[in-house]
Amino acid sequence: MGRESLGQILVTSILSGNFVLAMFLGMCPFLGVTHSVSLAFPLGLATTFVIVISSLCAYALNIVLSQLHLEFLRLICYIVVIASAVQLVEMIVKKYSPALFRALGIYLPLITTNCAVLGVALFQTARDYDFAQSLTFATGGGVGFTIALVLLASVRERVNLSNVPGVLSGTAMTLMLAGILSLAFMGFAGIGG
Amino acid sequence: MSAEAAAQTTPTLVLVRALGIISALCGLIIVGTYESTLPAATANRRIATERAVFKVLPKATAIEEFNVTPDGRIAPAAGGEGAPTGLKFFAAYGPDGKLTGVAAEGAAKGYADTVRVMFGYDPGCQCIIGIGVVSMRETPGIGDKVYTDKDFLANFKALDVKLTADMSALANEVKVVKHGTKNQPWQIDAIAGATVTSRAVGKGINDAARALLPALVPNLEKIARKS
Amino acid sequence: MINVPSTWQEFTEGLWERNPVFVMVLGMCPTLAVTVSAINSISMGLATTFVLAASCWLVSMLRHLIPKEVRIASYIGIIATFVTVVDYAIQAISLELYEALGAYIQLIVANCLVLGRAEAHAAKTSPMPATLNALGMGLGFTLGLTMIGGVREILGSGTFLGLSLFGPNFQPWVVMVLPPGGFFVMGGWLLLFAIVRARRARATAREVSHGA
Repeated sequence: MGRESLGQILVTSILSGNFVLAMFLGMCPFLGVTHSVSLAFPLGLATTFVIVISSLCAYALNIVLSQLHLEFLRLICYIVVIASAVQLVEMIVKKYSPALFRALGIYLPLITTNCAVLGVALFQTARDYDFAQSLTFATGGGVGFTIALVLLASVRERVNLSNVPGVLSGTAMTLMLAGILSLAFMGFAGIGG
Repeated sequence: MSAEAAAQTTPTLVLVRALGIISALCGLIIVGTYESTLPAATANRRIATERAVFKVLPKATAIEEFNVTPDGRIAPAAGGEGAPTGLKFFAAYGPDGKLTGVAAEGAAKGYADTVRVMFGYDPGCQCIIGIGVVSMRETPGIGDKVYTDKDFLANFKALDVKLTADMSALANEVKVVKHGTKNQPWQIDAIAGATVTSRAVGKGINDAARALLPALVPNLEKIARKS
Repeated sequence: MINVPSTWQEFTEGLWERNPVFVMVLGMCPTLAVTVSAINSISMGLATTFVLAASCWLVSMLRHLIPKEVRIASYIGIIATFVTVVDYAIQAISLELYEALGAYIQLIVANCLVLGRAEAHAAKTSPMPATLNALGMGLGFTLGLTMIGGVREILGSGTFLGLSLFGPNFQPWVVMVLPPGGFFVMGGWLLLFAIVRARRARATAREVSHGA
């Protein structure tokens, strides 16, 4: 179970096991923030940052909790770590780019409930990854997430300029587009060896 | 924001008290649930494992669990030794108390997620005599043929996993080959069109056998009879 | 003048009018991931309903105790607690179900629906209406999940609730039980609702113009 190579994990988490398009994690921002690439890209980066920090802390926490046989506190501890990491990122963004902070609005604190962040922590625990594997998994996951977000945002920006039938517009269209993207990413299957 | 702040910032003590009460309450609920569900959950797991073992070693009537300790010995799982390496196996005994086979689990990444396979090992022929899929989330109709495809399952009636003369490694690694090209007893014929899942099964078995058998085979007499 | 909804309205609001899946579009992660079969959808929906109801009840009971600065942290803590409860309960009930739902049970914590309702409603309402509303939302969520899961199962496996519908020669539309299928089926339902709504709006407009 902990025998995957780092290269395999990296490639899988970005392509064939893409968090958004294959594992359905991080749907809220995927459907909510992808109306513009200039929002999608920074949000993707912020989320990647949170994912990596949370993954490292979760790894450490898991070791501690296992030693103390307190595994049932795992979930609640992970979520506390994530909430703190998000708080940290919020402060950083607010300090260095107030415009971006305002533009992202509610979606920045919503990273706390982003399934992708919690999902990384839970999956790396379930798959028994060691430190290097967890870090690779988290980074790859974040990168894959950002790619998916930017891809969908670029497509949606174009689609907005074309003649979409009234009944299809809005979330229905976004979902259909996402489905096609997901189909495309299925073509990467088995690429991680 | 500043008007609110001027109006009422709750004193830190009240914040701490509130968080403290909530944490205590949540802690109680979690611990209570854990304790009360533990017997049922453990029983379920035991039943599932037993079912899997009996499926790959049908002549068995009793099972005992063993761990492989980090220094290569075998210890009964009940003793609590050796669990950290994660290497464990189940010794299956017939009605006469004699060892009929050993079952162990292997896992490898398949198309969608990890594929976990239980395999049955016969010390007499030094081969694997059956497999059962413990869990997998492969593509229905394609990957899940590893459950049902008769030709694929036939690979595992006598899969050669002999050790080298010094019993330190597998003489021949278990390899998955293209459908129809199997010519050695340690090869597995993949399912046409389900290569990734077939390879996962093969890799899982290979990795597990490679880790387990060099520790198990030299110590077989220790577990030859039901304790 | 705030219109205080009656107890019945509290309950039914989430079932259809403000259905979490199709109207509010909340709680998407489990919606698309787990709905490969009707049984999985129902189980996930019921698990979420339990977490939603229990959390809203507790949040509502404690609403005067929780200072606003730490409210999100407290709500998340409470939700995580009940998710852990459900996690262990399912393990004790059926290991098969547990394997089928997998990590997505624990991901209920990150379900925007639960946190959203706790913050927007339960924190401001007394326990009874809050819990009823949560129950309604949860059942609406379950309904939405099952609608998606049902279609995916029928088209993608040829079964419903595990019972084979079309016999052994049916060639299932496998993509339906794979990730893209989730997106397409949900998009399909939304499209259907939009068409129905548009028809109704046109019909009403015609009535009005004829009446005037």
